[in-house]
Amino acid sequence: MPDLGKYADTVLSAYAASLLLLVALVVLTIWRGRKVRREMETLESRVKRNG
Amino acid sequence: MSIWEYANPKKFLATTEKVMPALWAGSAVLITVGLVWGFFFTPDDYRQGSTVKIIFLHVPSALMAINAWFMMLVTSLVWVIRRHHVSALAARAAAPVGVVMTVIALITGAIWGQPMWGTWWAWDPRLTSFLVLFLFYLGYIALWEAIDNPDTAADLTSILCLVGSVFAVLSRYAVNFWNQGLHQGASLSLDKKENVADAFSNPLYVCMAGFVLLFIALVFYRTGTEIRARRIKALMARERLEA
Repeated sequence: MPDLGKYADTVLSAYAASLLLLVALVVLTIWRGRKVRREMETLESRVKRNG
Repeated sequence: MSIWEYANPKKFLATTEKVMPALWAGSAVLITVGLVWGFFFTPDDYRQGSTVKIIFLHVPSALMAINAWFMMLVTSLVWVIRRHHVSALAARAAAPVGVVMTVIALITGAIWGQPMWGTWWAWDPRLTSFLVLFLFYLGYIALWEAIDNPDTAADLTSILCLVGSVFAVLSRYAVNFWNQGLHQGASLSLDKKENVADAFSNPLYVCMAGFVLLFIALVFYRTGTEIRARRIKALMARERLEA
């Protein structure tokens, strides 16, 4: 860990907030993507079954 | 081969799914290397102290906040002119990514500004135009959600995107034509003799490349999700008709 001096809280809080937002964006994007893909596949197979 | 082939949703999905692993991996590697390099292996600035390390998040996120809007503008214009649905859906998919980038730029700027300027916020031209850009992003997302007919939503959001572009340009160039602001000039510039020192600019370039790849990966993935969501709506409508 580098010596951040008197600005340690400033630097660490900026990194924590940014990384949290980036991770949340990626996780939510993939979560919704998988959910929609599952829904579409279920619906497509139902439509095929029903002709 | 023409770029318009990718206006076909199937072709778009098939192509983007091939490049997605490389985009995810590339962005993860570049962002990790850039941030580790910037955080652990760069010296403190003689005036800013260790707060200079915030630049590795602030500049790439601000870069993407503005350029995401321009990407939305281009795809919106393609929708308006050529009526390609994938294009409108790509603009829709990019907006939440742009809003997160804008929030990161605003938060890191405020956290840095408190010890350096003595205030979290100032009604400085660049900060204010960035805040307006953030509000435009929220309005754009809200407009998509508020209108049921996807084509009407794409038309209206395209117009909003065109209007919001004024603030995207303003947030990029405000420091150049308004001298009364607190915000300093660009940290990196092709036409400027004095950029930040190489010790800072090299990891910064790596972070910027990582953010660009992350943006592309997220937009491709989210556009695929929007295409599938649209297909779900079409299939449900078909089922209702047949029932």
